[in-house]
Amino acid sequence: MNEDISNLAISQIRSLLRKRELSSLELTRYYLNNIEQAKTLNSYSFVSEELAISQANEADKKMASAEVEDLCGIPFGIKDIFCTRGFPTQAASKILDGFIPDYESTVTENLFRSGAVMLGKTNMDEFAMGSSNETSRYGPSINPWSSELTKALVPGGSSGGSAAAVSADLCAASLGTDTGGSIRQPASFTGIVGLKPTYGRCSRYGIIAFASSLDQAGPMTKTVRDAAIVLKTISGHDPKDSTSAKINKPDFEADIGKSIKGKKIGIPHEYKTEEMPQEIQDLWDKGKNVLESAGAELIDVSLPHTQYALPAYYVIAPAEASSNLARYDGVKYGYRAQISPGDNLIDLYEKTRSEGFGDEVKRRLLIGTFVLSTGFYEAYYIKAQQVRTLIKEDFENLYKEGIEALLTPTTPSSAFPIGKKDEMSPVEMYLNDIFTVPTNLAGLPAISLPAGLNKQGLPLGLQLIGRPWEEANILNLAHVMEDNLKFSQNPKKWWT
Amino acid sequence: MSIDREVVKKIAKLSRLKLTVAQTETTAKELSEVLVFVKKLEKIDTSSVSPMTTVTPMESKERSDKISDGNYPDEILRNAPNVKEGFFSVPKVIE
Repeated sequence: MNEDISNLAISQIRSLLRKRELSSLELTRYYLNNIEQAKTLNSYSFVSEELAISQANEADKKMASAEVEDLCGIPFGIKDIFCTRGFPTQAASKILDGFIPDYESTVTENLFRSGAVMLGKTNMDEFAMGSSNETSRYGPSINPWSSELTKALVPGGSSGGSAAAVSADLCAASLGTDTGGSIRQPASFTGIVGLKPTYGRCSRYGIIAFASSLDQAGPMTKTVRDAAIVLKTISGHDPKDSTSAKINKPDFEADIGKSIKGKKIGIPHEYKTEEMPQEIQDLWDKGKNVLESAGAELIDVSLPHTQYALPAYYVIAPAEASSNLARYDGVKYGYRAQISPGDNLIDLYEKTRSEGFGDEVKRRLLIGTFVLSTGFYEAYYIKAQQVRTLIKEDFENLYKEGIEALLTPTTPSSAFPIGKKDEMSPVEMYLNDIFTVPTNLAGLPAISLPAGLNKQGLPLGLQLIGRPWEEANILNLAHVMEDNLKFSQNPKKWWT
Repeated sequence: MSIDREVVKKIAKLSRLKLTVAQTETTAKELSEVLVFVKKLEKIDTSSVSPMTTVTPMESKERSDKISDGNYPDEILRNAPNVKEGFFSVPKVIE
């Protein structure tokens, strides 16, 4: 295969395609070949080769016309949580075995309408519940940054397959969803860029629901500019989602390259936890220095309710999940358990759900049912929603004082080994989301960008949190950091 | 509070999940642990705070009560695991 088309960013591909120096078909074949060679990584749950080839051919035909859209001919990996018409979609759960949607999610519809190519569906944690991609029906996806298979590391989760696919050059970019960090944490673990837009920026129509008030789709890309290009295409108001915002959509790419002189960046001291490893602290300092040298003003700030974000999240997210996942009953679609003579409808429901859901999903359904049940609803669910108000107000207070963005680490550690989950309690696992969850609760946009490698040679990410609807601002800041941090390493290809 | 086996049995029933005896034990232990973690919320005084109802303030959208989609029973039934004569098929509900 052509060596010089490896690890290309969308912005590079876009110009090569327009100059007709590369065809979408050539590029699509390159990724399909890479996917074939990287089966060990288990990052794709389904490869849509035929569709990809025909979409690529279509795109190449369109290239001749003057008005070509940004993503025309760009090959994507799509998280298995997006409904794709005619193609398997099961959110990595056994309970959706065999499900083939008859409709398309708005986000993927937007993507394909602009001429993008779908290479396949990417692996994830079951129903997006997990931080390691180990709760998947398809088995774990493996982090390309692992030194070898016997020392396999997780790619993070829940959008682990999407992250691994971008990092290992198995697509130009991918789509993920983020409920508590599911785009940003795997992006950090695999050395790529991950953007969670403002809640309401992208339609949730056709995305298998986990926690509806927190879920948001977003791009996972090789560069910051690519994230801006993808967001431009996938976002926008959609009458089919009553929570999608009727709001002006800026050209997210246009702000990139503007000066950040005088911008006020908050450094929240609550994010400096006692347990924070030195390597994370050093990385954070490196990020601060970069912004400061570029003329930004760093200000120590306080988000006093930060420590309550995770407990509130682990009430609200399971509560919403328990009602969203009530629809899986073995009747309308997906898996249905074998029933015995004399079994009634309730037995069918119980057997189907017990066999169809994995342990982590069951755990969260039980927590959710508990916090919503009579006698506990006020004490847990309403309390958590009150705390959520306070967490949002923390951010609003800073933004009112003129803070334009916040800089924090994305994760409290680098990628951990596969199997470590079994030695951890559920609560220990939940701590992975400590820096990412508050922005979901507050509905804010946030981006993770690769900032360096630790002593073990594993990537670490930094996070910028923005004001509502100001994705363009954090994209510009992230671009300045990307320019100065010069993270361009790719994982050593050990998997073929 | 810690969650005992009886509470787990009750919420499992509400969740339409069947748990084995061993699973009930583990679940009781794990859920208790999660609740201890969540209990931290009690430390904050929220007596004058309204619970969040929408994260991005916007007017509730209204639409006219008209059918805008539908009329494709075959597509709807295509994914069903058990279909008889154009209907979802389930075990007998009424004795």
